Amino acid sequence: MSDELTPSLKAELLAEFEKDWRKELRRTVPAKERMKTSRRPMPERPPDVRNKDFDEVNLGLGPEEAVEEARRCLDCAKPGCVAGCPVRIDIPSFIKLIEKGDFAASAAKIREANSLPAVCGRVCPQETQCEETCNLRKASGVPVAIGNLERFVSDFERRKGGIDLPEMAPPSGRKAAVVGAGPAGLTVAGELAKHGHRVTVFEALHEAGGVLIYGIPEFRLPKSILQAEVAYLESLGVEFRMNFIVGKTATVDDLRHEGYEVVFIGTGAGLPNFMKIPGENLVGVYSANEYLTRVNLMRAYDFPRYDTPVFPGRQAAVIGGGNVAMDSVRTAKRLGAEKAVIIYRRSRTEMPARVEEVHHAEQEGVEFHFLTVPTRYIGDDHGRVRAMECLRMELGEPDDSGRRRPVPVPGSEFITEVDLVVVAIGQSPNPLIPQTTPGLSVGKWGTIEVDWETMATSLPGVFSGGDIVRGGATVILAMGDARVAATAMDRRLKAGSAGRDQT
Amino acid sequence: MPRIVRRERLVPNIHLLEVEAPEIASKCRAGQFVIVMPDARGERIPLTIADWDRDRGTVVCVFMAVGTTTRKLALLRGGDDIPIFAGPLGLPSEIRPFGTVLCAGGCFGIAAIHPLVRALKEAGNRVLVLVDVKAGYLLYWEDKLRALADEFIVSSRDGTYHSTDYVPRRVREVLERERVDRIHAVGCTYLMSSVAEATRPSGVRTMVSLNPIMVDGTGMCGACRVTVDGKTKFACVDGPDFDGHLVDWNELYARRKSYFDDEIRSLCAWEEENFP
Repeated sequence: MSDELTPSLKAELLAEFEKDWRKELRRTVPAKERMKTSRRPMPERPPDVRNKDFDEVNLGLGPEEAVEEARRCLDCAKPGCVAGCPVRIDIPSFIKLIEKGDFAASAAKIREANSLPAVCGRVCPQETQCEETCNLRKASGVPVAIGNLERFVSDFERRKGGIDLPEMAPPSGRKAAVVGAGPAGLTVAGELAKHGHRVTVFEALHEAGGVLIYGIPEFRLPKSILQAEVAYLESLGVEFRMNFIVGKTATVDDLRHEGYEVVFIGTGAGLPNFMKIPGENLVGVYSANEYLTRVNLMRAYDFPRYDTPVFPGRQAAVIGGGNVAMDSVRTAKRLGAEKAVIIYRRSRTEMPARVEEVHHAEQEGVEFHFLTVPTRYIGDDHGRVRAMECLRMELGEPDDSGRRRPVPVPGSEFITEVDLVVVAIGQSPNPLIPQTTPGLSVGKWGTIEVDWETMATSLPGVFSGGDIVRGGATVILAMGDARVAATAMDRRLKAGSAGRDQT
Repeated sequence: MPRIVRRERLVPNIHLLEVEAPEIASKCRAGQFVIVMPDARGERIPLTIADWDRDRGTVVCVFMAVGTTTRKLALLRGGDDIPIFAGPLGLPSEIRPFGTVLCAGGCFGIAAIHPLVRALKEAGNRVLVLVDVKAGYLLYWEDKLRALADEFIVSSRDGTYHSTDYVPRRVREVLERERVDRIHAVGCTYLMSSVAEATRPSGVRTMVSLNPIMVDGTGMCGACRVTVDGKTKFACVDGPDFDGHLVDWNELYARRKSYFDDEIRSLCAWEEENFP
């Protein structure tokens, strides 16, 4: 992602900035005044209550709090925030619409650039994106709570009785296939539907959402929010074909032959990585994907009302330091683990998880063991994990990622009792489509290769984005890719047969 | 939602399910499976594809009613919808002109070897079919398999078919009698591991269709990890067929029993709810 805004976007932002009501707001409350108020904290449920159930942790800002928070925004002539947003939401406009009290218009403003605002308001790492580049942060150290405000207006929009339909282009009569109903696929589907194209989303699982439904737990992203977004896409005319595994039920070529002129592949990073250490296949050692899928998608937290079981675990260890690790360890705590521990090979500062997730996990009683790696798992007579051997690390020289490389401390092995292990060390791209799509260029790590300007793959008419291209990134980056792809796909569909071979 | 064309009890506890699934019917090949979920609160389980009709667009699976999911499936009827019937998953079995191939099946595997026998015959092999049943009245699809097989052997432990042997001894008998180039075994883990052990001394390549617990069936979760030749494989995308002589059977047994207590709890809860 380039930090530079395009000239047309700059012009649009400026036009909104120059509107009379914006000028009026800026005049009424001077910047000095705005900087005096402190950031409204996100109301959340008490840690020792919420760590026993799956209800949402954050409660969301109320209307007054939201307006107060919106008032902190300085409405800068050169806003830093927009450049920090991968989908380039006109952040000052939506915030000022909140300040004005026009929440519906604010929600519509976000939707121009972001088709899943209630999701992004909850799961985006704002502190390294829009809020990091917020000018108020540079001036006072504490940025405007952009994510919390995004969440507020999108929740308002949903609760008022449904999401308003946007302006729709007349039907083009052209068909587009989207493979995978995750964040990238849903975004492409929404964009192409708005342009009047007939969109079918093919999803391998039985519920739409991809990682948003199988990975991110209910306590962080309630399913009802996702279901509302999917219902909204259906109201735009998007068709969903569930339990349809592209690559198996039909190949990408089959879809092309069925008249889908463009295809978007957004199948994500659905292949869990393991450490390849002894004992990893013992009963009680899960990949984070399996653990979270059982609990979230299959509702194992409600077993035996739902049929899918999951080990509760009294002493749970989660290997990894990312958001998936935090989701897993907090889930283990909720399922009754007396001890739920994060085992991470680097130190706290290198942890890739969002600050809020780490903070919430700590509040909920999760322990953190930094600079530690497991070296083997030890089983009982029934092949169940009962302990693990770990090794202490210390930080050495920085590696390719710029983070200091952990190096083992010789002789520091120790054994600790565990009865549940969740391996959350990342995923690789799912190979089903690359394996079954001749001519599709794939990189060294199994990621699909694209032209980043258009997200076009090596196959004409076939586009891709999200984790299958990036290897493992965030929801919002997948959505950013999806918007770029949707623009190129729309262009190709409009060009019709004349432009069949250009992307 | 896919519609069930028929659900039929073949023999006690073993049921046939025929489902309208035109895409799967047009694509599936011997050795592949589908992921099935019987109702909205159900569990996703893999079932081997036992037959298909490309013209009618239907797919047939045969399963044994053992736990909650399979009991729920056994109560479905023709005309009912089934929430999930997804596939075809897994890699197809390797079919080539091997020479003489022995296909051994037991329980649901009697049906599961059917497409394999058909494909191997079409590829020009001499195919010997050996089915294992606990008692004579548990044999089904005899006509279907007899029509395809060059030789049809039943091992029934009640003596109905002139012997009370379990399948490994019958496998050894065949191997002592004639040259066999390849063996396929499909059924419960015990049957497959027994056949693999029986053929190990002969060194005849013995393929087994592994049946670990699965969730998504597309490689996403890794629940179906099996160790083959010292390496971890995902049965759903790398299999389900593996060389039986290289499989870590003890691990598979343990992993299949992961949720033994929970399965009983689930079944009790379901029975209490539905049959108070």
